[in-house]
Amino acid sequence: MSGIIEQERFTCAIGAMQTVVAIRKAVPILHSGPGCGTMVSGFFEHSTGYAGGSTAPCTNASEKEVVFGGEAKLKTVIEGTYKVIDSDLQVVLSGCTSEIVGDDISQVVAEFQAEGKPIVHVETAGFKSNNYVSHSNVVNAIVDQYVEVYAEDGTTKIDNLVNVFASIPYQDQFWKGNLRELKRILEGIGLRVNILFGPESGGVAEWRTMPNARFNILVSPWFGLDIVRHLEGKYGQPFLQFPYIPIGGNETSRFLRAVAAFAGLDPKPVEDFIGGEEAGFYEEIQSLATFLLEFRYGLPNHLHMILDSSYVLGISKFLLNEVGIVPKEQFIVDGVPEAFQQAIRAELAASSAKREIPVSFDPDAGKAQEAIRAITHPGRGLLIGSGWDKQLAEEKGFDFLSASNPSPYRLVLTTGYLGYQGGLRLIEDIYFRVLGTYS
Amino acid sequence: MSTVNLRAPEVQVREIRLGSITGFEGTAAGLVGCARRGTLADSSRSFSQCLGCSTSNAACTLVLIQDAAVISHGPVGCSACFHGYEFVYRVNGVNRGLEKTTQRKIFSTNLEEKDMVYGGNQKLAESIREVYARTKARVIFVITTCSSGIIGDDVENVTNEAEEELGIPVVAVFCEGFKSKIWTSGFDAGYHGIARKLIKPPVKKQDDMVNVVNFWGADIFKDLFGRLGLRPNYLTPFSTLEQIEHSSEAVATIQICATLGSYLGAALEQGYGVPEIKVSAPYGIPQTERWFRELGTMTGREAEVEVLLKEEREAWLPRIGELREKLKGKTAYVTAGASHGHSLIAILRELGLEVRGAAIFHHDPLYDNGSVEADALSNTVRDYGDVPNYNVCNKQEYELVNILSKSKPDILLARHGGMTLWGGKLGIPSLLIGDEHFGMGYKGLVNYGERILDAIENNEFVTNLARHAINPYTKWWLEQNPYTFLGDNTNVRNY
Repeated sequence: MSGIIEQERFTCAIGAMQTVVAIRKAVPILHSGPGCGTMVSGFFEHSTGYAGGSTAPCTNASEKEVVFGGEAKLKTVIEGTYKVIDSDLQVVLSGCTSEIVGDDISQVVAEFQAEGKPIVHVETAGFKSNNYVSHSNVVNAIVDQYVEVYAEDGTTKIDNLVNVFASIPYQDQFWKGNLRELKRILEGIGLRVNILFGPESGGVAEWRTMPNARFNILVSPWFGLDIVRHLEGKYGQPFLQFPYIPIGGNETSRFLRAVAAFAGLDPKPVEDFIGGEEAGFYEEIQSLATFLLEFRYGLPNHLHMILDSSYVLGISKFLLNEVGIVPKEQFIVDGVPEAFQQAIRAELAASSAKREIPVSFDPDAGKAQEAIRAITHPGRGLLIGSGWDKQLAEEKGFDFLSASNPSPYRLVLTTGYLGYQGGLRLIEDIYFRVLGTYS
Repeated sequence: MSTVNLRAPEVQVREIRLGSITGFEGTAAGLVGCARRGTLADSSRSFSQCLGCSTSNAACTLVLIQDAAVISHGPVGCSACFHGYEFVYRVNGVNRGLEKTTQRKIFSTNLEEKDMVYGGNQKLAESIREVYARTKARVIFVITTCSSGIIGDDVENVTNEAEEELGIPVVAVFCEGFKSKIWTSGFDAGYHGIARKLIKPPVKKQDDMVNVVNFWGADIFKDLFGRLGLRPNYLTPFSTLEQIEHSSEAVATIQICATLGSYLGAALEQGYGVPEIKVSAPYGIPQTERWFRELGTMTGREAEVEVLLKEEREAWLPRIGELREKLKGKTAYVTAGASHGHSLIAILRELGLEVRGAAIFHHDPLYDNGSVEADALSNTVRDYGDVPNYNVCNKQEYELVNILSKSKPDILLARHGGMTLWGGKLGIPSLLIGDEHFGMGYKGLVNYGERILDAIENNEFVTNLARHAINPYTKWWLEQNPYTFLGDNTNVRNY
């Protein structure tokens, strides 16, 4: 086992510059080699936001900085950033070059912090971790170095205010839509929500109210856990972890009831909201049932996914129980640390009392493809993966839905798959592809 | 002229090998003059934005070779954008005659913290074995990264051992991002690997075969060369290993963009005796004629070339005249790499547009072949006169925004993703043509002229975008001299 990765579906730690790009008027400043920013924008595409992409400042380490250190250059680039770019928050992300040569980045950043600048530093050398992990490090650095300093009131807890962590911006290409739906449904049951990223958030002003939340919600099997644990220690906020993305009627209602119980909300308005949402959702499913049960020309009956752990769980539960597509072998490629794998297996097994869903954990997606090449099940298959998998789907004669990065064959703006509305959208997307095969 | 040494594992970066620079403000003639006098001096910027990376440019020359596998020896992020080549191969391969497009074999050794401490040699050796077992590739390239370079992995030795063990070429390509501010150094690194390990000495010269060093542009040379009794051997995207091996048997090598193929052309000439056409590529009428005549001389097809030029003139000059009429008085700004950017300037001026300025990513005083005639900028200045506000700027968006917001040309011509955004945000019709062959010859002028007219005419989108665009740049910055941060910080202290 060499540990190689074929067909990568995430990037390295500095990819979490997109976590910064997702905060309104925040600017990432890269203290890294010249190519890191291009690699990140090449991976995610359409991801410039306010000041990412070609706008992001970068020290572009050259041989000189590798030999003599890059602290002086970092200082002038930060000074230039204040002159050239209008921003509410600056986050310095260090890359492999500066961390191997041992620049004292926090010292440089501390000088600006001492001047009262809202600037944060976080170590994101690519060899340290991937962007699933470093997303948490970036958020925690902002909490420690910005929220902690600038929160108007660091102690008072506001009833029903929650901080919510779920989709990693850009790594989950449906993050905007997912966060919008999360905010909508949580407000629907009576909570106030700090969603923190994207257009539904109030930018850094919202971040400054993070200490006032009564508790935190994490929607994820493992990534982001470091954030809610950190906040628990720092601000005494307990957290509820819902271990996968809730999609469709069953799971979204289950999620909301878990949140309501955790928060001790009055059940009546919660059930009223859930009832209304379910009525709308199942009205569509019922109208669709005839098509799903009768369409004589062929629809997919089984499913493979090459996706991250949250989606493999969420989509398996949804498609099996609410659409009738049976999950077969699944391939989880987000580099899940071993400590979390057993719980994910158990959660997947809990999707059905009468069938086993085989699952493997390996970010080396080339291996997942090899495995799928060798598997045959009766009926028409559906493959949900990334752009890397289009050709495999063609070889296998599968229907194919691109639903993760890299995404050269699909443009996603504000579509989301989370929640009641996300479930319906996922159905639309799958059958748009399926029906598109009929000429 | 640089001396090609195919026995060395590594080729030097452009700054050292060619004296290339990434910072200059002045005029095009001024720059060419400095280059000729040997007084070209680089300037650095005290504020900078993200550049490109040598490692992805090296990958560009390698990933698209049929039956090749590429291993990025670094953290997983150092190959994050390579999926784009898989798309290119699938989408463009069919246009270049591939019957079936196979998946690209792209790997990362996924270097982690422990590898930084203990070194990545062992991991790389195991990775090469595994990649071979999995892909049965006919050639494996290992491209280096900042991390593997700084920790000092012995990639040359590991690849040589693997080559012996596996019996296929295993090629180390040295292209660490931090070594060069000119990401096209990565092209040189890729071609050096190809030239030293894949190209074989000629067995039998093929006097109708011409090497074409290009990206993945449309197959226009089959027809053009066919009329001269020649055929193109495209290097290296979509080529087979055999095509590369036998490129030494060609009668000549041509460049589409000397910045791309400079080193491969020189390596083929110095290492294998294939003469390179040392005049800049055929964009604009004078250069098209010079270039085709040189091709005719080198391949013994002078008469055929005159016939071709006559046919082309007859076919396209009337339409070029109409386009000039329609484009009269229009102004343009160019942002692109050298030397394709120089060619774009030629195209614009041939069509009668006024080029108000240009931001070109770097400048090579001369290419590896050492020929002054190959200097596209110098030819452009000679044929059409000087270009004011000529800026050597390696994709520094803040300078571009500053310049564009003041000069407001009728059209922004860009080549390199991301650069049209600000044309659009400022309401300037903006055009990026990906196909590097699109502007060649007489027909190329028609191609570009029509697209430029189309972009200027259909400006509703950019007009509306400008109305709603969010601008992260400060008011202060947009009022400054665009070169405030250029030149060893001296200007900055005075702001």
